[in-house]
Amino acid sequence: MKPRINGPGRDWATDFDHTDPDYNATAPEIWRSLRDRCPMAHTERFGGMWVPLTHDLIRSVAYDTTHFTSRSVVVSTIPPKGVAPVGSAPPITSDPPFHREARGLLQPVFAPRAVELMEPKVRAICEQLLANLPAGTSPFDASLDYARRIPVAVMAQWLGLPDGDHELILGFVHDLLEIVSEDATVQQPGRDRLDRYLAEQITARRALPSDDLISYLLSATIGGRPLSDSHVAGTIMLLLLAGVDTTWSAIGSALWHFARNPADAERMRRDPDGVPVAVEELLRAYAPVTMARVVKEDCVFEGYSLRAGEWMLLPFPAANRDPAKFPDPDEVKLDRADNRHAAFGLGVHRCLGSHLARLELRIALECFLARVESFTLDADHEVAWSQGQVRGPRRLPLLVSVSEPMRTGKV
Amino acid sequence: MPATQMRLRIDASRCQGHNRCRAIIPQLCGVDDLGQGVVLDQGIVRPEWLAAAELAVRNCPEFALTLEAEPTV
Repeated sequence: MKPRINGPGRDWATDFDHTDPDYNATAPEIWRSLRDRCPMAHTERFGGMWVPLTHDLIRSVAYDTTHFTSRSVVVSTIPPKGVAPVGSAPPITSDPPFHREARGLLQPVFAPRAVELMEPKVRAICEQLLANLPAGTSPFDASLDYARRIPVAVMAQWLGLPDGDHELILGFVHDLLEIVSEDATVQQPGRDRLDRYLAEQITARRALPSDDLISYLLSATIGGRPLSDSHVAGTIMLLLLAGVDTTWSAIGSALWHFARNPADAERMRRDPDGVPVAVEELLRAYAPVTMARVVKEDCVFEGYSLRAGEWMLLPFPAANRDPAKFPDPDEVKLDRADNRHAAFGLGVHRCLGSHLARLELRIALECFLARVESFTLDADHEVAWSQGQVRGPRRLPLLVSVSEPMRTGKV
Repeated sequence: MPATQMRLRIDASRCQGHNRCRAIIPQLCGVDDLGQGVVLDQGIVRPEWLAAAELAVRNCPEFALTLEAEPTV
């Protein structure tokens, strides 16, 4: 595929490219400019990709498992290797009715009651990361050294992976989600490394089962039969990838917002009862996740002629800023009570980890705001945004002010 | 005029377990072991809960909640 012009010269309506390094920094402007004149953008990149930009269109696609398959949900120059209805990372890449079986196995594990038990662990992880901030004002990268490290620690613990593997896991996340517009030869080695890692983990659990999620999957059955190794590996891959840079991005975006809007940070500190509503508003405005579908057969959908195999991008973050559904959509109003946001997707593929993500986001913010008395963007360094379908700051250089070293010991 | 009461329903075929209703009105909306939303006490909305119940309806991402007046028995 020949690359075309990047940057400001691009016509996003006919050459949409969410892997453009400038996309995530400027996405709300791009969505706003397209919504009225071209609610369904298109590009010949990636073998053809459509991009709906209104809440109604995005919702229609998300609910339509007749025209669209989930067999791949990350747009890439590498064509999807998964085959419907299972796909390469079940259940996110699975279609009904198999999807229901594969998801059903995980639902009790990620249900609110199970997730709520994680709160003390998440809090301990967050507090630990802030424990060594020195008294006074100092530079601190709240993406690199805080937001990035929370979800990987939670997911590794959940899956029973060693603490020493955090950087390795973050490397996999980068290799599979952030370099999707590179040549297959650049992408493949990272994918192979992850496949080997997953195979090693499965072999180890099979030899010595534990009480972790990987062992649970190895003992699970569908229709009386154990899951295939490729199903187990695919699901672990899903949990590793989907639970890491997504929540990292949500935490980072929220802190970016607070650094630029200190009155909102103060409001969160003063009104603990308002925190759950504020968290939903942050999720609406800074929803990190865009998913994708693949067109099953040539068809006409909402008046557009789609070709089999083309990608259909699902920018839920754009749905959340549709003025037809949200008054003043580009304003963050922490007390926005009417908030039917779609940050965790819509339809049967609603983010399985949404309750865990919400918990991590709330606790990460509570801990940060409790520990850091004031913070601003560090004017000497640039904020850097992610590349690809997950949107959030990857570098968030702050100046943070802390009055005393953290109290240690039991409370 | 017979007396009426409000009843909240969750359409199980639409609910995807976002659990937004439970966060807004835990007195009336719960969750099962799979994470799907369920109404408590048959969904009967006490008058003092009405505003919160309406808010829950307006926040459901899947449009799974409905609120209906019905005659009291």
